[in-house]
Amino acid sequence: MVTQDNILLEVKNLNVDYLASNGTVHAVTDVSFTLRRGEILGLAGESGSGKSTLAYAITRLLRPPAQITSGEILYYPRAARNQDDSRVTVTNLPKNGRRGFRRGKGQVREDEVIDILQLSSAQLRAIRWNDLAIVFQSAMNALNPVMTVGAQIMDVLRTHRPDMGADSRKQRALELLQLVGIAPDRLRSYPHELSGGMRQRAIIAIALALSPEILIMDEPTTALDVVVQREILTEIMRLREKLGFSVIFITHDLSLLLELADHVAIMYAGRIVEKATQRDLYLHPRHPYSYGLLHSFPTLHGPREKMSGIPGSPPDLRNVPSGCAFHPRCPCAFDVCPKVLPVLQPALATNPEQVVACHLYDPRYHAEPPTTEDLAKAYQALAEGSTVS
Amino acid sequence: MKQLDSTITPIDSDSSSQPILEAEHLRKHFPLRNANPFGQKKFVHAVEDASIALYPGRATALVGESGSGKTTVARMLAGLYAPTSGTIRFRGQPVRLLDRAVLSKYRRHVQLILQDPFSSLNPVHDVRYHLARPLRIHRHVRNKAEETEQILSLLNRVNLSPAEQFIQKYPHQLSGGQRQRISIARALAVQPQVLLADEPVSMLDVSIRLDVLNLLLRLKEEEHLALLFITHDIASARYFAEDTFVMYAGQMVEGGPSDEVIQRPKHPYTQLLISAAPDPERFSAEGSKTSLTARGEIPSLINPPTGCRFHPRCPHAMPVCSERFPKRTDLGGGRWTHCFLYGNGDDKTEKTDTKS
Amino acid sequence: MQIQQAPQPAGAVAVVLMPEPKTPFYSRFLRIPFAIWRAMTISRKVAVGSAIVGFFILVGIFGPIIVRTDPNATSNLFIAPPSPAHWLGTTVVGEDIFSQLVYGTRTSVFWGLGTGVLVTIVSVIVGLVGGYFGGWVDDVLTLLTNVSLVLPALPLAIVLAAYFPRGPLTISLVIVVTNWAWQARVLRSQTLSMRSREFVTAARATGESTWRIIFFEIFPNEIGLVVAGFVSTTIYVVLTWAALEFLGLGDGSIPSWGGMLYWAQQAGALGGGLWWWFIPPGACIALLGAGLSLINFGIDEIADPRLRVERPRKLTKAMKKAVA
Repeated sequence: MVTQDNILLEVKNLNVDYLASNGTVHAVTDVSFTLRRGEILGLAGESGSGKSTLAYAITRLLRPPAQITSGEILYYPRAARNQDDSRVTVTNLPKNGRRGFRRGKGQVREDEVIDILQLSSAQLRAIRWNDLAIVFQSAMNALNPVMTVGAQIMDVLRTHRPDMGADSRKQRALELLQLVGIAPDRLRSYPHELSGGMRQRAIIAIALALSPEILIMDEPTTALDVVVQREILTEIMRLREKLGFSVIFITHDLSLLLELADHVAIMYAGRIVEKATQRDLYLHPRHPYSYGLLHSFPTLHGPREKMSGIPGSPPDLRNVPSGCAFHPRCPCAFDVCPKVLPVLQPALATNPEQVVACHLYDPRYHAEPPTTEDLAKAYQALAEGSTVS
Repeated sequence: MKQLDSTITPIDSDSSSQPILEAEHLRKHFPLRNANPFGQKKFVHAVEDASIALYPGRATALVGESGSGKTTVARMLAGLYAPTSGTIRFRGQPVRLLDRAVLSKYRRHVQLILQDPFSSLNPVHDVRYHLARPLRIHRHVRNKAEETEQILSLLNRVNLSPAEQFIQKYPHQLSGGQRQRISIARALAVQPQVLLADEPVSMLDVSIRLDVLNLLLRLKEEEHLALLFITHDIASARYFAEDTFVMYAGQMVEGGPSDEVIQRPKHPYTQLLISAAPDPERFSAEGSKTSLTARGEIPSLINPPTGCRFHPRCPHAMPVCSERFPKRTDLGGGRWTHCFLYGNGDDKTEKTDTKS
Repeated sequence: MQIQQAPQPAGAVAVVLMPEPKTPFYSRFLRIPFAIWRAMTISRKVAVGSAIVGFFILVGIFGPIIVRTDPNATSNLFIAPPSPAHWLGTTVVGEDIFSQLVYGTRTSVFWGLGTGVLVTIVSVIVGLVGGYFGGWVDDVLTLLTNVSLVLPALPLAIVLAAYFPRGPLTISLVIVVTNWAWQARVLRSQTLSMRSREFVTAARATGESTWRIIFFEIFPNEIGLVVAGFVSTTIYVVLTWAALEFLGLGDGSIPSWGGMLYWAQQAGALGGGLWWWFIPPGACIALLGAGLSLINFGIDEIADPRLRVERPRKLTKAMKKAVA
């Protein structure tokens, strides 16, 4: 049961556009999702799905010509802390950054709600890194090559925690290195002296420096080898157990997400097309794109069968197909698909948690919702019916 | 679903097919520029003693992480690097690739496909130019009309239809998958017998990778090509290739039929790779609980560990492992490995394998 | 976004209905006039600069045809101020200054541009060859380049011009010899980075010969840099030319801007307040230099989209509210 208490971040109807001289590109359209405390939310998508833009939008790191044209990003911080009191509490924020949140009998709750899109830059700076940290793609190249790793961690501490003395900063830096599994003598190492995996760990240490509530990771392991990737992911999960933060994990590798995330949202052409728990998505993906994506990864075990990916390629966001953006590639597309945009709704009444944006599950257009086997058969027919590859 | 050919004959038993391209004991050391010209010369020991054989109509996968030397092996086979030592044999005859004339003839038979579709095509030239050059260089066409005809047929073979539309496009007007198909077409224009594909789908979107892989498989069937498939993704190696070779830090560690190597890995490094690969079937209710079978990082290739380069990380390391590199041990059924756990390589006794 | 349709049935080769296609290189050249026009109008700086340079080129081509007065014809009217007969007055020997200016434009502009082209060619060859081959070839060429950079250009040019027979060809060659190094260095470093690009590796694997790789694969990618280099080189060429002529190292009989300044200096025009003699050629030199510089700034903007001045679009009220 999801209670209101459990929600950490709520994104509502977010729209991000890129205003170019030759037209507007809708990078993110009408995206809504919820992030609960301590959970890992996976955002899967290919190029042009808008997932990176979404990550930047949440942290308000977008620059012109990208603009957030509408939507809300609501953050529900914890009021009290039972850990070290070095964290900046919400009550330090200037008044006009908060909105009262009335519940129940008309009393204002202890937890306030903050709309990140409404914050001024000063308030934003208070939130950033304290509550919300982001690890970028190829972040290991984001380390300053002329500063030691320790200096960079302490730099972050000095900026956000001016009350900390030099000694306690160093202490905290050592703590953080130990936390991510880097030997403490590496405090004085330069980034080029560390391997790719260690640099990525250093970046994660910097991200966790102020014990944030939310960690956004944009393809953090794409540039790493598979063994190091596995180590980093294990590390993240262990840290999550220990520190209790939530993670938004963005990647194109769906098979990785299925091992890692609690909930998965699949994005296509700027919209979310399916949201489900890890188990639901693995056992019965509802959206034809989710099914196709899931079955684009050759398996390590199981029978060796001929697989076909999804025909066509991800759409150019300047030319998104009408109606459902996936319809040109969909093996199950039917007459209403190019005409009407599907909205996210529960696939089956029995499982309201799994929502999908597909007309196949809309009783107005399609009598019987398909089972996973039906989707499988449709893809098979596509693979065999075409004379190509 | 159509089953892939599961009755793959191991190579030894099929005596009628000879390897079309063979490399033996290839070694490549890249010299490093020293700050001190009188000091000891330093080298990057990229490849040590790699041997590989490619057969017509068969795909072979070369799997490894970064620094394993797989790309260097491919480039040596393509004639882009000269091996420091070792022989390359084409159709049984050794080829001296330093000789310009020999190299030029060799390139007619062996072609390379590169990893990055975004930089392997020259942005100032259109598709016609890219495909016409190999036709012209290797003199497959005599005039403009023939050239156009061949180009259109090439585009059709890689499923870029309608071909007339593509012929005038520039690379920036094409998607990643289309560009990679153009690279494949360019390699095919030469009419080679061997295709070396260096991570051909790593930089493509997930949903189109299978399309390109299936295209390569189809071309392999139709033209009876020998394919070398280099990848870091061991699952796609299993899907794509009949044989898989595993490399670590410049050394070959294991090889054999793909399914065998992946389902029952013998070498500790192969076991590590398999344990690290994402596998959704493994998840439990609380998330992934897989643990790696070894820790540590890939060693530096400038001062690599002595003997077997995996020994610092190997859970089964023995003193002999740091002394010398184990010779090849045949494990039967076309499988072999370089590991002291299975023998010294000088005798054919098979030890019982450790827990896989 | 391409939807892959089924391939045509086997055996049916598509009839080629295209007109006889030119090789890509030529067709690319045909696009150049359009590209140039677009480039000239895309930025105000470039538009103004091109207008100035274009004006001088036109004067250089058509001026002497329209202005019929012989610049070398002496007359009895000495050091006359501007009048309807002589628009810019006369020199100390009665030559018409205006016609000298117009004829001089032809010399200065075309020799200037021509020399600029020559310098560019030399620097392209040196830069590309050194950058691609590396090894001892590169070492030798880099040594030459560095030495040439270290030697002071103008003094060396003066010495050389004084030594060899007078004439515009001498000055041109002297300028080429003293000015090729800068652009060569830039192109060499660009070629070094291009050399490791994957399409070069792919071309090698296909079997392309080295020369074709240098001039047909790498060079077309550097054309933007070469054009920018040409423009900045030409600025120096024009100014250096004027300087050498001013010092009397040019051929005094051929009209040119720098030559006019030389004669004006000899006749004491500066001290004598004969503004109509030395100001027009000086202004022309400065104007041409300014025009070329404006084009140069603009090229930077065109080549690197990040430098383009972002004119912000008007935000609607709703957007303003939610702007990041």
